Amino acid sequence: MELNDIIRPENRVYKKPSLLNDAHMHYCPGCSHGVVHKLVAEVIEEMGLQEKAIGVSPVGCAVFAYNYIDIDWLEAAHGRAPAMATATKRLMPDKLVFTYQGDGDLSAIGTAETIHAANRGENITIIFINNAIYGMTGGQMAPTTLLGQKTATCPYGRRADLNGYPLAISNLLAQLDGTCYVTRQTVYSPAAVRKTKAALKKAFQNSMDGKGCSVVEVVSTCNTGWKLTPVKANEWLQENMFAKYPLGDLKNNE
Amino acid sequence: MKEEIVIAGFGGQGVLSMGKILAYSGLMEDKEVTWMPSYGPEQRGGTANVTVIVSDERISSPILNMYDTAVVLNQQSLDKFEKMVKPGGVLIYDSYGINTPPTRTDIKIYRIEATEATIEINNSKAFNMIVLGAYLKVKPVVTIENVLKGLKKTLPERHWHLIPMNEEALKKGATLINE
Amino acid sequence: MNDKVTLMKGNEALAVAAIRYGADGYFGYPITPQSEVLEKLEEEMPWETTGMVVLQAESEVAAINMVYAGASCGKTVLTSTSSPGFSLMQEGMSYMAASEVPALVINVMRGGPGLGTIHPSQADYFQAVKGGGHGDYRLITLAPASVQEMVDFVALGWDLAFKYRAVSMILADGVIGQMMEKVVLPEQRPRHTEEWIRENCPWAVNGRKGMRPKNIITSLELDDDKMEENNHRFQATYREIEKNEQRCELINTDDCDYLIVAFGSMARISQKAMELAAEEGIKVGIARPITLWPFPVDAIRKAAEGVKGILSVELSAGQLIEDIKLATDCNYPVDIFYRLGGNVPAPDEILNALKEKLVNKLG
Repeated sequence: MELNDIIRPENRVYKKPSLLNDAHMHYCPGCSHGVVHKLVAEVIEEMGLQEKAIGVSPVGCAVFAYNYIDIDWLEAAHGRAPAMATATKRLMPDKLVFTYQGDGDLSAIGTAETIHAANRGENITIIFINNAIYGMTGGQMAPTTLLGQKTATCPYGRRADLNGYPLAISNLLAQLDGTCYVTRQTVYSPAAVRKTKAALKKAFQNSMDGKGCSVVEVVSTCNTGWKLTPVKANEWLQENMFAKYPLGDLKNNE
Repeated sequence: MKEEIVIAGFGGQGVLSMGKILAYSGLMEDKEVTWMPSYGPEQRGGTANVTVIVSDERISSPILNMYDTAVVLNQQSLDKFEKMVKPGGVLIYDSYGINTPPTRTDIKIYRIEATEATIEINNSKAFNMIVLGAYLKVKPVVTIENVLKGLKKTLPERHWHLIPMNEEALKKGATLINE
Repeated sequence: MNDKVTLMKGNEALAVAAIRYGADGYFGYPITPQSEVLEKLEEEMPWETTGMVVLQAESEVAAINMVYAGASCGKTVLTSTSSPGFSLMQEGMSYMAASEVPALVINVMRGGPGLGTIHPSQADYFQAVKGGGHGDYRLITLAPASVQEMVDFVALGWDLAFKYRAVSMILADGVIGQMMEKVVLPEQRPRHTEEWIRENCPWAVNGRKGMRPKNIITSLELDDDKMEENNHRFQATYREIEKNEQRCELINTDDCDYLIVAFGSMARISQKAMELAAEEGIKVGIARPITLWPFPVDAIRKAAEGVKGILSVELSAGQLIEDIKLATDCNYPVDIFYRLGGNVPAPDEILNALKEKLVNKLG
């Protein structure tokens, strides 16, 4: 059988979402960003929000998210994505507005903007990639770095007495009256990917329905920063990350 | 016509709002007006004061060092502003609490008993309107009608019932001036 | 008297002017001496009438990034602040300049440095006209000298911002913000429709309606050659603005021996000093830059022709004077009179300084 006989519409069981373009992603092989990007593109397309979606990309590894997903984008200053999303949604309430942020952007430099956008109940979705490290700048400590975890700025392992404790910011956000949905997901396995997709869909729907602020944390790998192979990184994720960042809904106002 | 006036006293005597009412009245007469609350060096010393300028022409500086008229309502303000009245200008002061009266002879000085008058009409809140009435008797830069019109324009409707009381205070103030 | 004429504080006038212009959004954080802008907007509740969004942000940092977003969406947005708050906004200012988005930012200056005082100052002059944040950029800087100009420059600021895709700033001081004057308010204009924005701001981020090509607003460009190209484009815009938009008021400059250059409240007080000087037979003219950037080089040069000397009158320790010297190629004696830290001079102080520094020396 020729290859072209196999690639026929009736034989197709999977296709790349049309909003995800063919640009070569700069993400490292094994990184969770690519999967989450695909999910975002897929969900927007499935919900028919292609013409209404506006993403706010962060400073961090996902800074170039706008190069890969074909919707309108704003590129924020470091940490300010929730402030930008706030104004965008308030000025254009009929649009789907979401931020896509890493742990440094969201839970270090942008803590104030994150908490206040969530607390005001802005009708936006915050997608939070938590890989417990600064990827783009070369593997430095993040607020979410685990105790004992080695990074470029805690080379002997994070110590509470020197560096404080890992910050489970989603738990904090779930306490706020302005959030309607706070969930912690992951994408290391096909089943987890499907759950994350459902979470994104729910969050986007909340934003369109004006229910308040939705937060989807994705506990992710950074195999380069962690100095592990992709497979080992997935194992390390399960063995270490979920203890501090357990999966599941932290808040779900129906 | 151009009138450059400073109104000065303690905070709470209605200095700023008296200036505001005067400015609004000027506006009612289609004049140029500027209202400048105490700012900069002249504020030091614990008193509140406001400069109001009412003019037929475009107004230059909102901040002045010499005035056509000074309306002063406490000793500190008197000490400070007596010397800042232009020769031939007017100084009006409330007698209450004044131990050292003004001494200049090249300006017209009016001593009024506005604090006493509030007791007479049994309305301590009308103090600044009594003073304004006295001032307008000396310097009729705006008409009483336009003061009342200005009041109506600035006050919310629920306070319009206070306008007759203010009119009474203005008239009472005018009687305090003895030529 | 018609209903459009009223008495208003400078700060309140900014708020009302923004609503009347058809603003889409205000994002700000309270700071003295300009909190009346946000207070007046909240009192007026424009979201009930024009649909304008008003939001008290959690900080100046958040506020400027809200403005950055709104501007990126082609919306007519503004913020206002005072000196320490404007320092916090510098990152956002630089990003907006790099992203070529139109916005209006107002700084009602107070005395610094540091937390300083709440009283008037002009010491943020350099910060406004030379950039302020990182990188090579300029702000169209308008300096109102009256409450009426507070109103007028809101419209002018936005008109210029949209014309050049640049950030306009109103650089006022506490005197202009706090004083009340007669103002004539403009008619209420409708807010821009989405159609207007799509037609006039094709770059705006507002969703891919009809699946048009995607729009991205970013200040990031890692390719050095492309970033240099971007910088050349910014500079070309700035040259165009310098050519077209210099504004200056000249008072009595046709026949004067001495020229005072001052802006904002200092120009008003200097004008009184000029009147006092005339009474003593000293012929003084005033050049009042209305645009601080672009600096009105041509007007200042013309005003300076034939004068014996120039006095820079400012609430800063030698900022405006640098631009005066540059504009006049140091061809004239230029001296300076200033008060600092929140103090404002009275007219006679300026007159005395003029006599001491110029008249008595130059004859």
